[in-house]
Amino acid sequence: MSAPLLKLDNVTVRFGGLKAVSELSFEIAEGELVGLIGPNGAGKTTVFNLITGVYQPTSGAITFAGKSVVGHRPYKVTARGIARTFQNIRLFSSLSVLDNVRTACNMHLKHGISHALFRGPKFCREEAEIEKTSRELLEIFGLTTECDVSCKSLPYGDQRRLEIVRALATRPKLLLLDEPAAGMNPTEKAELMKLIRFTQEKFGLAVLLVEHDMKVVMGICQRINVLDYGKKIAEGTPAEIRSNPEVIQAYLGS
Amino acid sequence: MDKTKFILLGFLVLFGSVSHWLGGMNPYYYDILIGIGINIILAAGLNLVNGYTGQFSLGHAGFMAVGAYLGSALSLSIKLPYPSFPDWSGNLIWWIPKALLVVILLLCDVAVSFHNAVIGVAQHFPGWGQFLVALLYGGVGAAVAGLLVGIPSLRLKGDYLAIVTLGFNEIIKGIIQNAEPFGAQRGLGGQAQYTNFFWTFAFAAVTIYAVLSLVHSTYGRGFLAVRDDEIAAEAMGINTTKYKVLAFVLGAFFAGIAGGLYAHFKQFIHPEGFNFMKSVDVVVMVILGGMGSTAGVCVAAALLTILPEILRTVSRIEALPAWLQGVAENRMILYSLLLIILMLTRPQGLFGVGALKKTKKA
Repeated sequence: MSAPLLKLDNVTVRFGGLKAVSELSFEIAEGELVGLIGPNGAGKTTVFNLITGVYQPTSGAITFAGKSVVGHRPYKVTARGIARTFQNIRLFSSLSVLDNVRTACNMHLKHGISHALFRGPKFCREEAEIEKTSRELLEIFGLTTECDVSCKSLPYGDQRRLEIVRALATRPKLLLLDEPAAGMNPTEKAELMKLIRFTQEKFGLAVLLVEHDMKVVMGICQRINVLDYGKKIAEGTPAEIRSNPEVIQAYLGS
Repeated sequence: MDKTKFILLGFLVLFGSVSHWLGGMNPYYYDILIGIGINIILAAGLNLVNGYTGQFSLGHAGFMAVGAYLGSALSLSIKLPYPSFPDWSGNLIWWIPKALLVVILLLCDVAVSFHNAVIGVAQHFPGWGQFLVALLYGGVGAAVAGLLVGIPSLRLKGDYLAIVTLGFNEIIKGIIQNAEPFGAQRGLGGQAQYTNFFWTFAFAAVTIYAVLSLVHSTYGRGFLAVRDDEIAAEAMGINTTKYKVLAFVLGAFFAGIAGGLYAHFKQFIHPEGFNFMKSVDVVVMVILGGMGSTAGVCVAAALLTILPEILRTVSRIEALPAWLQGVAENRMILYSLLLIILMLTRPQGLFGVGALKKTKKA
């Protein structure tokens, strides 16, 4: 097996007396779709925040593509190729749908602030390029018709999709999805599953998926890690997880 | 090709031609007109910080003061004295604090050397050139001050940032009040009146152009992203600290230019003219105009410059009944009342965020 894209090695984080995540280790290979599940408060979102640099681990190592991401600010982690969506939607609410995606292209700009002020040909060319790629991305996700409206006026499911588009605009190698199916109805969930698998294949992404909906997780993930009270209690294929007694106990209680 | 540059150019030509025509204007009206232009520069600059980037700065007059005094220093050829270093005699215990002081004094020494060198060079270019260099020098000086204040203080949010910037405003005022070369409490006068309609409104147009072209570019949309959601902005690869400092520095730069224009119009500046109230005035213009709406902020700047003057005029109309004159005489109370009513009826400001949404094209 080739070197993993993302590797968590004995990661622990403490908030005061609380061990939110303890000695967690797992790996994600390139192009793999991995699920992360666990009961409420198990530390799934904390894991996301650790990977993206919002929190720093108390101990342990997180490496991405062979290099440590510990100690870097979130924008630098994103620049390395890790993009994320949020559990509670965090779009740029005063911007239009298109502008939300364009803003995410910000870090790939080759021109600086002076170009934005003087608006030379180089600036115009790059702006046009960004608009084209943003529109293409929106088209893939079926959001073209609402390009110029405020993102707040989109229906809930579309806002979730827009978050994924925005994350993709940063051109990641690893996409972290934090409960993308939350609040969706079964039809939307089925569509979302298709969409996630499609993006993963189309962009050659590795995806780490946090989700409560077992149908979604079991349906698309190749491997699943199960967290409970910050500890990994199981890892394996969907079939293995389904029959793991520890997982059943964590979810249903003893 | 982008057409905004040509619009800017058109405005500059327009202001140039109007400026000659305004030569014989009533000086009182002319004074108000220039005041409007200067306030537009101040408010549009602050709008970048408070409106578009969502940081609450309450020290804009401090940057204006830096620009006014440095610009005046250049056009009046005021050289600064070099700091005197402490002597090393006496108790050894004092060597450590003295060494720290020396580091600070060395930095001051470098700054003073630079200042004196600039003054020395500028002396050779009298007239309009010197005026423009003075404005630029004041603007850059204010921007440097903005950088020095911004880097440590922009880690703070909301009220805390407001207090720090307010403190900076008071510190600048305090320094000037005690700076003998700048006239200290006596104020600084004698600048030639270079500021006219053309220069004021040309710089206002340039400020508006700069702010608008920034926020309508992919680069500048980072400012809006920082305001809307800082955590999401970071996650999308935007260096939020950099953007906040950048907005702060640019806002300070334009405030410095406005200060230079003010100094070369009034021909007299006093530290009390750059106090907390002046900062609040500018903040009110930004809030009243609608945070993040440049058009609204410009209208508000004009409105709030004219309003006190209108009330002043009303209080002197003899034909009015005495009670009405009495009401208008308390114009500052009336002015505050009007602001309260406006804020109650239109909390989103005159133009609100609506103006922001309509902008699509880069």
